[in-house]
Amino acid sequence: MKTSRGAQERKRTFLMITIPVLVLFFCFNTLPLIKGFIYSFTNFKGYGSYEWVGLRNYVDLFQDSRVGKSYLFTFKYALVGTIITNVISLVLALGLNSKIKGKSVLRGIYFIPNVLGGLVIGYIFSFIFTYVLPVLGQKMGIEALSSSMLSSTGKAWIAIVIVGCWQAIAMNTIIYISGLQTVPEDVYEAGSIDGVTGWKQFKYLTFPLIIPFFGINMVLCMKNFLMVFDQIMALTKGGPSQSTESISYLIYQNGMSGGQFGFQSANAFVFFVVIVAVSVLQMTATNKKEEQL
Amino acid sequence: MNKEDVKTGKTNWPVTILLILGCVTIFFPLYMAVIIAFKQPSEMTNDIAGALSLPEKWSLYNFQEAMRVTDFWNSFGNSLLITLVTVVLAIIIHGLAGYAIGRSMKNSKFYNFTYLYIVSGMFVPFAILMMPLVKQTAQLGIANRFGVIVLYTVFYMPLNLMLYKGYLTNIPIALEEAARVDGASTWKTYWSIVFPIMKPMHATVAVLTAMSTWNDVMTPLVIMSGTGKNTLPLAQLNFQTQFGTNYNLAFASYLLALIPILLFYIVCQKQILNGVVNGAVK
Repeated sequence: MKTSRGAQERKRTFLMITIPVLVLFFCFNTLPLIKGFIYSFTNFKGYGSYEWVGLRNYVDLFQDSRVGKSYLFTFKYALVGTIITNVISLVLALGLNSKIKGKSVLRGIYFIPNVLGGLVIGYIFSFIFTYVLPVLGQKMGIEALSSSMLSSTGKAWIAIVIVGCWQAIAMNTIIYISGLQTVPEDVYEAGSIDGVTGWKQFKYLTFPLIIPFFGINMVLCMKNFLMVFDQIMALTKGGPSQSTESISYLIYQNGMSGGQFGFQSANAFVFFVVIVAVSVLQMTATNKKEEQL
Repeated sequence: MNKEDVKTGKTNWPVTILLILGCVTIFFPLYMAVIIAFKQPSEMTNDIAGALSLPEKWSLYNFQEAMRVTDFWNSFGNSLLITLVTVVLAIIIHGLAGYAIGRSMKNSKFYNFTYLYIVSGMFVPFAILMMPLVKQTAQLGIANRFGVIVLYTVFYMPLNLMLYKGYLTNIPIALEEAARVDGASTWKTYWSIVFPIMKPMHATVAVLTAMSTWNDVMTPLVIMSGTGKNTLPLAQLNFQTQFGTNYNLAFASYLLALIPILLFYIVCQKQILNGVVNGAVK
């Protein structure tokens, strides 16, 4: 009798905790998502009255060159950024996990970029790209560096990739290190008996064993890079001539103050679907690889 | 990574030296920021030395001026308030939710669905919620610091719920059952037994939540823009025009914005590194 009353009390308490949490989550996550979806079928400017326009926003979206450009930029940025970040942080992690002096201090130092805010770091790098690098380029006679990268439509995105990677590498390295620590020492010993060392050791022993961590890093990195905002805000504000407008930045810029609330809602919804699709794709891809082992 | 070295436990000096040299990439921007922040505009010559040589004298003038111009203590206070309240709420609300949902999932479809529903919120980018949330918070009269805190409590719920739930699956239920037999209510059992056991996870949650909250720009930018109040990163954005070409003043202000989180990192480095790994891997 007592236990069943206890179980009932437990159930009731759990429900009393869960319901308010659910309501809170619904109100500030699901409800705005639904509202955004509904707005995407209107020509709402963000103020005043509006009309239903059906699927017109979605049709326009695929013909709008500015939106198309922002998708191209964002994916180029995310892809290049993810590859560079993962290669460098894997090398760094291998180094930081080997027999070195001052291991914990070095690990601590290499993580610093991750704790600093993207906006302020962007401002500091903006100075480097605008004043320090061009002077250096002129001195060393490197044509490509002699003018500010940020004011060139062809090179501004590279500057943003550099800043993005500088911060993202810190995080990925730590995750790779924790992955490398899960590889038992005797795997290497067994491998060395068979003559597997150096690059072969990495390719056939180390890397397959840390594939789950590779997967985490790919998903995290890609997702963060796709949602880039702070760095754009600090470095280029989408310029020059809209060559570095990320999707998030465009939604913010035109949706909040450009009178395109409805249209950018459609853009945001497509963006949401893209993010989910990319994440799911990556996760299934890495899961498959894991199973093959 | 030579095999011989692994066996003998000898230090791998080439790698150590390379890694030490690599630290330049981390310290260079920070060094430059410090140097410029201490200089006077007249010392900013148009060459490398202008940006990198040591200042003639180390004066705190730029910092005082930056504090005055950007109303530093107010922004700092807002950032601190928002971060602290969000962390406390995260530990209380997300911890409770993790407990209630995690302990009920085994034989309940409702709780399984609730868990998946909230965790899938992780994939919703802020960009899609942004515009409706600006309207919604304005209508509710919470387009201010309080609203930002509410939003953070919701945004970090998916990850934190996952973390708490994951941690609880490794904690045997026997302790709670013993407490129940002794007549303690579920509520009391949670606070006296479960909450203290989850301490390592509280640290992880606190660190992750604090860092994301402190550095976030977008949420306060769109929600608090009408209040005239700034958070520390937001102040840097809003005072860009006032800094103008006075980079010395600007960099002093940037450093002031970076120092609190750097101090936090130096003091809690171990918890932060652990927290980040836990948050990503689990």
